[in-house]
Amino acid sequence: MSTTLTTQESSALAEDAAAGGRAGDSVFAGFSLGAGILILASLAAVALFLFLEALPTFQASAEEITGGAGFWSYIWPMVIGTVIAALIAIVIATPIGVLVALYISHYAPPRIAKPVGYVIDLLAAIPSVIYGAWGTTVLAAALVPFYAWLTANLGFIPLFSGPASQTGKTMLTVGIVLAIMILPIITAMSREIFIQTPKLHEEAALALGATRWEMIRMTVLPFARPGIISSVMLALGRALGETMAVALVLSGGPLTASLVQSGNQTIAAEIALNFPEAYGLRLSELIAAGLILFLITLVVNMIARAIIARYKEFSGAN
Amino acid sequence: MKVSHLGRSAAVLAIGSLALTACGSDNATGGGSGSEDTSGSSLSGTLTGSGSSAQNAAMTAWQNGFQEANPDVTVQYSPDGSGAGREAFVAGGTDFAGSDAYLDEEEYEASKEICGPEGAFHVPAYISPIAVAFNLPGVDTLNMDGETIAQVFTGEITEWNDPAIAELNPDADLPDTRITVVHRNDESGTTENFQEYLAAAAPEVWTEEVSGNWPSQWAAENNKGNAGVVQSTTSTEGAITYADASVVGDLGTVAVRVGEEFVDYSPEAAAAAVEASTPIEGRAEYDMAMDLARDTTASGSYPIVLVSYEIFCPQYDSQETADLVKAFGEYVISEEGQQAAADAAGSAPMSENLRTQAQEAIDQITAAG
Amino acid sequence: MSTASLRQPTSSPSPAGRRPTLTRNQKPKWLVPVIAVAAVVVGAALAALVGFSTALWAVLAAVVFLVAAPVAVSAVEGRRKGADSLMTYLVYAAFVLAVIPLISVIWTVLANGVPGLNSNLLLTSMNGVTGATDNAAAAGDGPVLGGAYHAIVGTVSITFWATLMSVPIGLLTAIYLVEYSKGGWLGKSITFFVDVMTGIPSIVAGLFAAALFGLLLGPSARFGFVAAVALTVLMIPTVVKNTEEMLKIVPNELREAAYALGVRKWRTILKVVIPTAISGIASGVTLAIARVIGETAPLLVTAGFATAINWNSFSGWMTTLPTFIYYQILTPTSPTNPDPSQQRAWAAALILILIVMLLNLLARLVARAFAPKAAGR
Repeated sequence: MSTTLTTQESSALAEDAAAGGRAGDSVFAGFSLGAGILILASLAAVALFLFLEALPTFQASAEEITGGAGFWSYIWPMVIGTVIAALIAIVIATPIGVLVALYISHYAPPRIAKPVGYVIDLLAAIPSVIYGAWGTTVLAAALVPFYAWLTANLGFIPLFSGPASQTGKTMLTVGIVLAIMILPIITAMSREIFIQTPKLHEEAALALGATRWEMIRMTVLPFARPGIISSVMLALGRALGETMAVALVLSGGPLTASLVQSGNQTIAAEIALNFPEAYGLRLSELIAAGLILFLITLVVNMIARAIIARYKEFSGAN
Repeated sequence: MKVSHLGRSAAVLAIGSLALTACGSDNATGGGSGSEDTSGSSLSGTLTGSGSSAQNAAMTAWQNGFQEANPDVTVQYSPDGSGAGREAFVAGGTDFAGSDAYLDEEEYEASKEICGPEGAFHVPAYISPIAVAFNLPGVDTLNMDGETIAQVFTGEITEWNDPAIAELNPDADLPDTRITVVHRNDESGTTENFQEYLAAAAPEVWTEEVSGNWPSQWAAENNKGNAGVVQSTTSTEGAITYADASVVGDLGTVAVRVGEEFVDYSPEAAAAAVEASTPIEGRAEYDMAMDLARDTTASGSYPIVLVSYEIFCPQYDSQETADLVKAFGEYVISEEGQQAAADAAGSAPMSENLRTQAQEAIDQITAAG
Repeated sequence: MSTASLRQPTSSPSPAGRRPTLTRNQKPKWLVPVIAVAAVVVGAALAALVGFSTALWAVLAAVVFLVAAPVAVSAVEGRRKGADSLMTYLVYAAFVLAVIPLISVIWTVLANGVPGLNSNLLLTSMNGVTGATDNAAAAGDGPVLGGAYHAIVGTVSITFWATLMSVPIGLLTAIYLVEYSKGGWLGKSITFFVDVMTGIPSIVAGLFAAALFGLLLGPSARFGFVAAVALTVLMIPTVVKNTEEMLKIVPNELREAAYALGVRKWRTILKVVIPTAISGIASGVTLAIARVIGETAPLLVTAGFATAINWNSFSGWMTTLPTFIYYQILTPTSPTNPDPSQQRAWAAALILILIVMLLNLLARLVARAFAPKAAGR
């Protein structure tokens, strides 16, 4: 580890110790506890607010709900759409994001690694409207021939059944755009953690004759695994809740199995597209949709937590 | 040293941003601020509205025109959408609302709480034709009747050289290109007005209930906003869409059958259709909310029209707000205001007759005793 | 510690004629380049079979190379080296794959944004600019007037307040989680609910803030600070999660060393733990700011939409860059001539990215000022 306490620093700290008394300790502990409780309280307030606003939807009769067949038949195609879009994004972005982070931390020469890391951080800042505009004008158009090829050659798989969209504004395009949007999140966070891998571990592995990949597999990845999962969770949250990019890129419609036709819809995009003109029960419906999105995240996090728990013993600090 | 290098660039950036913060200006157009030469306007204060985004371009023009004449007044308008605008207005959050649809019964009742026993009233200040636009190289205009348009948009007619279209356009050179329908994916007043027309002109074909959303059984390619559908149409040969006439640009447009003639969209034709409409019943005395006559046969009127209202209260709590609203309302419906909107947003100016009615309605705005 | 020294020597000069024992099992220098060339050729052939296009060619060549090169290396040098080379090429391939769309996005923003980036855009607001002004500009009667200054002001003020609220709360919570909770039920539930909080749709956060202030101040409560509260709700989970991960990987030896010297816990945290993790924390805060600075939906319902400059976050409506971009694209100032609006929107997007760059730089400076010597690489 590159961080060590010099003698001067340690003695300075020891002097400080005399100055800061027991009071400092308890005040600090109190503040951090307070912050944690504040977060819990605000989340509870948000959840309560969602629930109260959504309540009229659950009490309304089935005919009053959009689609005329009750809230659940209104929402479930969008639940599937949301999960599919986020899943495509995660499947694409996770391996690439982690590998790019590895490239920056362990493969690239420092001269290249720094600017690349910097640029990746910036990409997280491009507003989703811009990703959406880019997705429709550049990416969707570029993917049209690819989709035509997919339907022609792999059309027997329901996922790629034709006819392919003429504009390229499909679920698969949305997934790719989302993947590009969340890539910086995964990369930036994984990179920071990879860099912090104890040097001694790495050097020990290399000294034992491990190749670079074996060193990474044996020291870096176990050390970083909980962090990687955290970053993927964060990215997943963004992918699930992304509104504007999906609203602009997707040519939405009813649920279809094919990823290369127009159709499907995500919850967040449905909210964004209909919210401005919504009032009364419709507004409540959209908020109820938001509540469902909230619940999806809850479930996803529970699953992730179970996965992390399995790897807990590798956590670096302890 | 890296640190000093980084520090230096940070310093440059910081100075740059300081310089930026120091000299920003609200005088974007570079003209005189107008504060000296105005005719002693005594109005001051802030007027707040929100609602229809369709009106946004016109509202920008009205805000500026009004603020130029009354330099101490600020008019702020947030184009959140008609529903949001009506809701905020009825809840007392704004002084006026812009909306593509009039208040429904429930909202009207609620408006009595903040507007007094009369309830809120509507002024149809923004009138804009909705064009049916298509992308066929070499074809600038096509004749269609309501039935044909409905069949195209419901996917019953799938090719441009379909006999139904060819019959109405004997002179046009129609290719066998596939028709790609493009519709809005966001809920909008444009969609609702277009559907109202289809439901009135072709009730056998358009069997879905009219709403601001495109029915999912006829879902096709779609995009967000007027600008979005026009962009999709422009980039796809054989595409057809409907959009606010001001945005269609170079696309070909459909002349719609009214009675025995085919009428192209134009501001005059749109205003004529509004003239022919009937006011709705059971509202405040001077209310101008109307049901548009989609099946009109009046010569020279174009029935696919979007009418967007300004919604005001007849009574406001303070004299100051009442004066402000009244003055702003008068400006909006004045010949000057309507012309400003037409120049900026390409809307259709209100007819003389409508303006007189609107003036009467606005005259009754007072402060609550 | 530099990565260069970690590299395996891939080849050493070998005297002509015989292969010394040291390099016996090493691949010859020419092997990988030859495979690369062969992959390009085979890729071209395969692409021609399916229907030729440059993109297909590139993809097929890459796939062929990714299969062939590791196989060849493992044949010469053994399976472990083969796996190593496979991963190396995969890492490089992933990098290229990630960089292509990212460059495309940046290029789109630059190509569209740079032409609009002028003193008008940077120094004036949209006050007084109507469709008529834009029509005149489009007709060639003068430059595109009106700018994003008011939006820059709004973005900076609202983001400032949001950061001011969320960073201390997020930081303290992360400290509680890592240093104090010791896996207690409260810590566990905070971690869990912070994760759940990442799933709050941004519009819901906006509605929540609007409803909260509506309750306190009446229905017309819309100003910069309301938006800042909405953004805080969105920002906190990112700050907490990032900081938590960064604090977790601070080696326990450091803490124990400080305790052993008799340093109080809170001073250990402030003087040892946080400085060690500060680079990661700073990067996390930048990431969190980046996450919210581009938000559109929650701002629409909380901060309103203004065309004039407003410095006061506690009264009056404000516009931020994303809402400015959004409305310039979706409802152009002049519907008949949307080009000036498009130009302003792209240029504003560029400014937004530049602002984040500035913040990033600032965060790095802060990190450098607090970090112990020789931290990170």
